[in-house]
Amino acid sequence: MSNEHEVLCPLPGTFYRRPSPDAPAYRQPGDTVQDGDVIGLVEVMKQFSEVTADCAGTIVSFLVESEAAVEAGQPIALIRKG
Amino acid sequence: MKRRFDTLLIANRGEIALRINRAAQELGLRTVAVYSEADAGSLVVQLADEALPIGPAHATKSYLNVDAVLDAARRSGAGAVHPGYGFLSENYSFAERVVQQGLVFVGSTAESIRTMGDKAAARAAAMRAGVPIVPGSEGVVADADEASRVALQIGYPVMIKASAGGGGRGIRVVHDEADLRKQMALAQAEAKAAFGNGEVYLERFVRRARHIEVQILGDGQRVVHCFERECSLQRRRQKIWEEAPSPAITPATREALCASAVKLAQAVSYSGAGTLEYLYDDESREFFFIEMNTRIQVEHPVTEMITGIDLVKEMLRIALGEPLRLQQAQIQMRGAAIEVRINAENPAKGFMPCPGTVTGLRVPGGPGVRFDGMLFAGCVVPPFYDSLLGKLIVHDEDRAAAIARLKRALRELQIEGVTTTVALHRALCDEPDVLAARYDTGFLESWLASHPL
Repeated sequence: MSNEHEVLCPLPGTFYRRPSPDAPAYRQPGDTVQDGDVIGLVEVMKQFSEVTADCAGTIVSFLVESEAAVEAGQPIALIRKG
Repeated sequence: MKRRFDTLLIANRGEIALRINRAAQELGLRTVAVYSEADAGSLVVQLADEALPIGPAHATKSYLNVDAVLDAARRSGAGAVHPGYGFLSENYSFAERVVQQGLVFVGSTAESIRTMGDKAAARAAAMRAGVPIVPGSEGVVADADEASRVALQIGYPVMIKASAGGGGRGIRVVHDEADLRKQMALAQAEAKAAFGNGEVYLERFVRRARHIEVQILGDGQRVVHCFERECSLQRRRQKIWEEAPSPAITPATREALCASAVKLAQAVSYSGAGTLEYLYDDESREFFFIEMNTRIQVEHPVTEMITGIDLVKEMLRIALGEPLRLQQAQIQMRGAAIEVRINAENPAKGFMPCPGTVTGLRVPGGPGVRFDGMLFAGCVVPPFYDSLLGKLIVHDEDRAAAIARLKRALRELQIEGVTTTVALHRALCDEPDVLAARYDTGFLESWLASHPL
């Protein structure tokens, strides 16, 4: 059984890894996260919603580039649980 | 008279792109639509004489990409560019680039976009033209003594505002001199702590403000007004419901308001369609100029309904090189018109955006009803742009009749597949304060808090 978990995008829109163009990314691969930590933003119709990790663990990779178009339900990050 | 161009590029999307396409084709112009990857199936792409892709969905890579838009103009042989509203419409360097490329910019000059887009410069232009602005101190006030002298001229209540504040932060309202003297030092200390800058200035506090704006048309020589619109029903500073004429002002106020708008537009030799926005104090019954929008506005149809003037066509005629055709005395208003914005948002869930696919559509019709949209059954509402799907506009002999007509048209309107703000508008049509036009710019948000949909 794999203990890797995919974080799914809650809304369709544009995915961002940083809170503003000049700010550092919320999280990098290798960072540990808690359930509920913000890992990105989705912009939909000029409104921004946070994307949060829905389990604790270590970020293996981001599956979507920053500023890419995303669909609802699309995997955007991989987390190794624990 | 020789026209300055015969092909128009529409540098926008959604309902306004379609609105411009309609006006341009009626004037016998060839139209060129531009579209992002997300809009390839849009109505304007289907209906324009030519359509060119300009890049990916993200607006910065397509509709805001000046090089891509200008390249499309070159490739299509367009002689003019209409920017619509939003996107590049108030970007003076875009207007400049269009003209440098030998094309006509359908709108004002780069210089007036720049001047009127700068709040301080616009305020100074208004003062020079003798147009009233919100009374306040001339710049920073140093201490309580100076502040109380200035406040006496402005009239209480006044706001102490932090120079470095903004978006409603760093503001204190004081009601008399004792209060002012008490709050002044606190306000300065607070501004210093919050913004790193302790400078404050004073401005009249308007308890009950209405948003009233005047539509003007100019040809660089002469300016006429097309009366006012009231847009006080707003949520998060976004207009939701707009009407013409304003139900709040007397004929004498209307005359003074519209005359002041003409005076200011004339002072900057304005060319094209423009809107001067005012704050109207419902208690003192005074109006104050706030800012000017140097473009066509979303809510322009209510003006068209009461005056019979096609504002987008007039913009195009001016851009084609014709002098303004209208004399002020020819412009009459008749009846009342209301526009409601149909947004892809769920009012029952905090106005959450609802992109998706429109699976079914029933558009209202009958006398005095107009629907400016971009919808068709099967059309995709992408998540990348603002949520405006269309505008339902009604016109009738007076305001009460217009509201009855709006209510009827909202019953006919059916949009399936995406959730819209139609439910909000239906509720507003039954709200006694809306029926009586008893509202200010704070009304809708407090009404929503006490009337869950």
